[in-house]
Amino acid sequence: MVIHEDSLDAIFGALADPTRRAIVARLANGEATVMEIAAPLSMSQPAVSRHLKVLEKAGLISRSRRAQQRPCRLEAEKLQQVNLWLERYRAIWEMQFRQLDVLLQEMQKNSVDAKKKRADIGARATRSGKKSSRSRNTGSVSKRSQERKNRNSVNESNPFAKRQASTAADKPISKRAGAKTRAQTNIGNEKKGIGRMPQ
Amino acid sequence: MGNVTPNRRRTMQRGTLDMQMEGDRSLRFKRFFEAPPGLVFDCLTKAELVQKWLTGPPPMQMVECEIDAKVGGSFRYAWSGPNGEHRFGMKGTFKEISVPDRIVHTEVFDEDWTGGETLCTTLLIPQENGTMMDLLVQYATPEARAGAMQTDMKDGMSQSYDKMDGILTGMPA
Repeated sequence: MVIHEDSLDAIFGALADPTRRAIVARLANGEATVMEIAAPLSMSQPAVSRHLKVLEKAGLISRSRRAQQRPCRLEAEKLQQVNLWLERYRAIWEMQFRQLDVLLQEMQKNSVDAKKKRADIGARATRSGKKSSRSRNTGSVSKRSQERKNRNSVNESNPFAKRQASTAADKPISKRAGAKTRAQTNIGNEKKGIGRMPQ
Repeated sequence: MGNVTPNRRRTMQRGTLDMQMEGDRSLRFKRFFEAPPGLVFDCLTKAELVQKWLTGPPPMQMVECEIDAKVGGSFRYAWSGPNGEHRFGMKGTFKEISVPDRIVHTEVFDEDWTGGETLCTTLLIPQENGTMMDLLVQYATPEARAGAMQTDMKDGMSQSYDKMDGILTGMPA
């Protein structure tokens, strides 16, 4: 089904009034005459008629002629346009949130990559540490130096990994945001955010 | 999200946006993200991250994004088409911030399409392997909600409908 924007204007205009929404709700239960509609609304018939005219113009209700009466009935297809519109509004947001999915994935992937790198560096450092201990083959001194080496390698790899994660995440921002964008972000905070990754 | 059936939960985890009219002047969005609350929180409150995803539907671009994410702080967003056309913006103030699970803020479009400020309450609920975002948007009046729906579409959003149709056909009803 196609959404007609002009008719949507009229539909939403018509529904942007509590009395008219009440009338629509009443008519959802079946046809009714002006008198029947007016009764629970504590409103004069001319006032109700004015509201009915707006609804009729929007195509939300139709009025037939039956003897002296003109019973009103709801045009469900028109009301369906509202649902369709709501679905499109939802779809716009869905699209935005899918982009957020991608961003979250990227951020988490960067964090995993950084962790991997850190682990690789740690493993390499450990291997080289073993080599040096083997070559020296002297008890407690080499052990201590090995420990120092390992400690150093871990200390070095942490900030390195963090830098990797944050620069990787920073890059596309400036590129994708466009020249007009004025971003005022605490970069330190962002790094903290990226550092605060899940396992 | 009290009684979520396994099946329903799978659907939500695929990342479907659940949107409901609530009461006579609110809209409630629910969306699952495969990331911990802290990360989602950052993506909602840090300008450099927000502008990566809140781009508006193509061909719209985000052209302004400033966020001072503290209680009493304000934010400002603006979007436009590739040549600066159909520009529209919004701003707001943070009322409550609780890292990483709760944000309450006001927002109002520059042209005030929504007949007054809307009040947005965002909850980030930790789940087994991600976060459920629960966003309640409360308009000033019932008319404002209807008005917001009407005007959002008129201003720029409708251009992207052709593209949207493609997306919609691939989307579960």
